[in-house]
Amino acid sequence: MDARTLETAAHPESLRRVVIEPVTRVEGHGKVTLLLDADHHVQQARFHIVEFRGFEKFVQGRPYWEVPVMVQRLCGICPVSHHLAGGKAVDAIAGTKALTPTAEKMRRLLHHGQILQSHALHFFHLSSPDLLFGFDADVLKRNVFAVADAMPEIARRGVLLRKYGQEVIRVTAGKRVHGTLVVPGGVNKHLTAHERDYLLADIDRTIAWSQEAVALVERLYVAHADFHNRFGSFRSHMLSLVRSDGALDFYHGGLRARDDVGHTLFDHEDCDRYWDHIREEVKSWSYMKFPFLRELGAQHGWYRVGPLARLNNCDFIPTPMAEAARKAFLDFDGGGARQATLAYHWARMIEMLHAAESLRELLHDADLLRDDLVVKGERQLRGVGVIEAPRGTLIHHYRIDENDQVVRCNLIVSTTHNNQAMNEAVRQVAREYLDGREVTEPLLNHIEVAIRAYDPCLSCATHALGKMPLEVELVGADGARIHRMVRGEAGEVFV
Amino acid sequence: MSEGKLKMATCSLAGCFGCHMSLLDIDERIFELMKHVEFDRSPFDDIKQVGRCDIGFVEGGVCNAENVHVLQAFRKHCRILVAVGSCAITGGVPAMRNNIDLWDCLQEVYQYEAGTQGRLIPNDRELPLPFDKVRPVYELVRVDHFLPGCPPSAENIWALLDDLVHGRVPSFDRRLLHYD
Repeated sequence: MDARTLETAAHPESLRRVVIEPVTRVEGHGKVTLLLDADHHVQQARFHIVEFRGFEKFVQGRPYWEVPVMVQRLCGICPVSHHLAGGKAVDAIAGTKALTPTAEKMRRLLHHGQILQSHALHFFHLSSPDLLFGFDADVLKRNVFAVADAMPEIARRGVLLRKYGQEVIRVTAGKRVHGTLVVPGGVNKHLTAHERDYLLADIDRTIAWSQEAVALVERLYVAHADFHNRFGSFRSHMLSLVRSDGALDFYHGGLRARDDVGHTLFDHEDCDRYWDHIREEVKSWSYMKFPFLRELGAQHGWYRVGPLARLNNCDFIPTPMAEAARKAFLDFDGGGARQATLAYHWARMIEMLHAAESLRELLHDADLLRDDLVVKGERQLRGVGVIEAPRGTLIHHYRIDENDQVVRCNLIVSTTHNNQAMNEAVRQVAREYLDGREVTEPLLNHIEVAIRAYDPCLSCATHALGKMPLEVELVGADGARIHRMVRGEAGEVFV
Repeated sequence: MSEGKLKMATCSLAGCFGCHMSLLDIDERIFELMKHVEFDRSPFDDIKQVGRCDIGFVEGGVCNAENVHVLQAFRKHCRILVAVGSCAITGGVPAMRNNIDLWDCLQEVYQYEAGTQGRLIPNDRELPLPFDKVRPVYELVRVDHFLPGCPPSAENIWALLDDLVHGRVPSFDRRLLHYD
């Protein structure tokens, strides 16, 4: 049976509900619901995003130059991504055709620091317990603190790799979380020689440890290659930015999409016209939309983004160690890992190595120390900014009015692109491992393992409100009723 | 696990996870913290329900019904509850939607956004009811300590934890306090 048929059960009212709530060791608020029949057969499996933010609405009316600072608060793990994508959109509004070399390289330094810290965090702090201890390890053991007890050197290196990335961010943007570097048309500072030397001091160790992290993930993957190739896996289209020469580039490029056997669907498309290719579908049971390639339609056009997509889509990685690792990854098992859900971990560590190598190259670039920071041109009423964030392609799009105030905003964040894929993975795992069996806690963790592979960032990915008839009372600390709300079938709210 | 450790739980309500990142920004001191503290429910582990704890860290404001349930469970089970960061203390950036009508927000996202297929509004019992206002946590439960900042610095978080694990009443160095 096709796993997709598990999206909606024919008669949900007669089924037993099992819920994983909240999904843990991911960022943000998500849950999984399973509906099982009397014989433990899975009839429905869904991954829901349950949080509302509404950024696109409340950014309206704000002056456009506030955007890069405001949008960071979409996400505390990758604030730099939103800072940069929002910043690129605001560059276009400021009429900047090209940044100064110093401005672009400072932004790249910041971005690579972020890729390094985010990927290190995801592997060491969040996912490594599954891979080191096993998916069905004791629930109290599945955390980074247990890794620190059992394998202190691995945990220590994870903490220090993340620290290095965070220090790059602090030095370039002033703060580790929600710092500010980008201003319309450029940056607000250059690097000093003292700061450069501070960051250079630990870079060689950072590269060496990143390379060992690639080796560790590869070793874990290869040890059970068939299992890892198959777990929660399926084939899909892939979307990412690539540089004009086809290289992996996290900061700038054109859109490339490839199909599930590697044929190119479109290439070097101008990000400004992302809308020619991407549409979004809404489903009743999740606040997160389901994007798809317009040419192929909602049913067949869904795709994946992020480390696995980038390594499949690019022609090469422009740093030597990461490129060697990419080739080994693609060639492994006759290409058997190229579409695998768990291969995201492997691809992610290769990208971390690339980020570390890129940081060393950048830190030796004298342009970082120059003080030509901002270029502006003729103001425009519209701007699109697209980057490759740690979790995949990130799209920010703004329109402003004559008073410089934002009138429209559209965000398609990385995790949203992977919505269908994560649901596919959940259904695959539900069918393969849970169907017909007594549901146990370790089995449920298998579902979370599949979701975690995509490193979802769920507070980034929340766009909208839901509606179901409901009545809620908010009672204050002193017992008094603060507020009562009733929501009707049509989503109307009575206060 | 071992005797004599304090139990600590953390959660993120309507926040961005930045305060949790700032907690991790204590870097290697996390290993020092582990000598004194054992984690209960937290996004960093797989414990889904909060149990009896000494310290509860709450990031984010209250934006939906699920947030209320989690917050009340934290208050019930945690001896010391700390509101961490701007969103928990004031509602923060998510509270910028408080000036906007909820219905307008729905229409913006589902009915006016070009290219959205279906024009359907999510309508499922699995989705918690969102409130029309994002609220700071102290409006709903008693809070023992407030740690400001967006996010509070790792130094500030460390200073607070250090005071708590050594049984001192937290007293912040003013130079550590900031609100950005």
